Amino acid sequence: MRSIDRSLILITVLLAAYQIVVGIDQMDNIPIVAYTIAFGVLLVAGLLLIILGFDALDSPVVVIISTIIPLALGSGLVYQHLASFRAPYLLFAMIGFFAVAFTRSIKIRGKLPVITTAIVHGVAGMTIFLLPIITSVQGWTSPFFSLVGVGGALVGIGGLLLSFLKVGKPILSREKIFGIFPTLLLLMTVCFVAGFKFS
Amino acid sequence: MQAGMQVRRYTFSSMSTPSSTVNLKTKFVLYIPLIKSLQTGLLLSTGVAGYLSAHIPFNIPELFGMALSLFLAISGSTIMNMWYDHDIDAKMKRTHKRPAASGELSRDEVFRVGATVSIIGIGWAVLITPLFGLIVFAGWFFDVIIYTLWLKRVTCWSIVWGGISGAMPILSGRVLAVGQIDLVGILLALAILFWIPTHTLTFSIKFRKDYANAEIPTFPSTYGDAFTRATITVSSILAAAAIGWASVLIGLSAGYLRLMAVLTAGLLLLAFATFRVKSERANFGLFRYASFYMLSAMIILAMQAF
Repeated sequence: MRSIDRSLILITVLLAAYQIVVGIDQMDNIPIVAYTIAFGVLLVAGLLLIILGFDALDSPVVVIISTIIPLALGSGLVYQHLASFRAPYLLFAMIGFFAVAFTRSIKIRGKLPVITTAIVHGVAGMTIFLLPIITSVQGWTSPFFSLVGVGGALVGIGGLLLSFLKVGKPILSREKIFGIFPTLLLLMTVCFVAGFKFS
Repeated sequence: MQAGMQVRRYTFSSMSTPSSTVNLKTKFVLYIPLIKSLQTGLLLSTGVAGYLSAHIPFNIPELFGMALSLFLAISGSTIMNMWYDHDIDAKMKRTHKRPAASGELSRDEVFRVGATVSIIGIGWAVLITPLFGLIVFAGWFFDVIIYTLWLKRVTCWSIVWGGISGAMPILSGRVLAVGQIDLVGILLALAILFWIPTHTLTFSIKFRKDYANAEIPTFPSTYGDAFTRATITVSSILAAAAIGWASVLIGLSAGYLRLMAVLTAGLLLLAFATFRVKSERANFGLFRYASFYMLSAMIILAMQAF
């Protein structure tokens, strides 16, 4: 891993730490827990990338761990902005995480693991992409809150690039994906932190 | 090699020659590796964090004096360690280039430098307050006499004394700030004590061949990898519990507590992963993460003071 990549990931880690310490202080308990988990996973994952390099992404655990970020972010957003869906979404997040963890932990023939991951990531990804944009367009939140949606889109792009790479059908070459990954990670975090701060 | 032989001819007496400035500079360059700057820096940061954790009004001269005396005492003990262990350092690939092991500095000179730096550091600490000085001295004594001179070559359990020694800087900083040994100080010391096996045991797994060459008993060579990894996991849990409890008692803000919890969760997950996966990569990841964890925890404790 290049020094510039390590530097970009370090800034990402520091931004995630900032968000955990001061960025979510005025919220209810559930969103605080949800966002702490999301940014916490981002922070620890960033540190491990700095320590172990991109080889850390080859671990089969990555698919399970990477599910936590969109699910936790989605749970926090739904709790804050879609009161009527709080309980169902929380249930979906928990069941979704355990479904991904289960189907990835044991040997299952067929496409069940892929389908499970796609459904869970798809729903969570659309939630964090669309919900902030819809609420800001409707005027329920500040226009800056749509940045969280942009961050959600960047998560989706990163997730797609890595997923296709892992199943052996890469959209870009491995080198190109790892070349842009730190920048993508940083931009995503900047969007999340700025979106929450200025909304 | 030529350069090494050239350097070896320099002595304290040669410092009075016209080229004394050059000699001093050369000496200084050779002395720097003697203090293991990263390890000393990390231990010093625990002392400063222990002091700042008390949230007392800032006393810059006291803080400055504490940091400098502690730095000298830690450096002194490290140099004494290099002096005594020059023979086993020479047998280990990782350490054979150290000045005392490679012969760039004579053993006598390393001893003189170590003793001088130790006396200045501990003496200064005693002058600041006797209790602070006593704890700083205890750290030096446990490291140099108990760990290095007595137990390191005899039993793998020597790391416990190394851990107790490593726990003294944070306790001394706390004691200097609050004037007594309190529960928070003990918990912070325990956090370091239990963190040190996570650091040293992952290290002894990674450099097992080096330790075998030097015939130093380690947990992996004495009890095997499984027991060592289990010990790492248990000590990580205990370190996390101690630092968590101390953080609450110190009165860290909710934000800093959340950050501490996240970093601790990372440490515990990696410790469990190392126990379960048994790979060199996981072990190396835990080793590096544990150092980062301790430094971050100290920064968090210190940040709360501002």
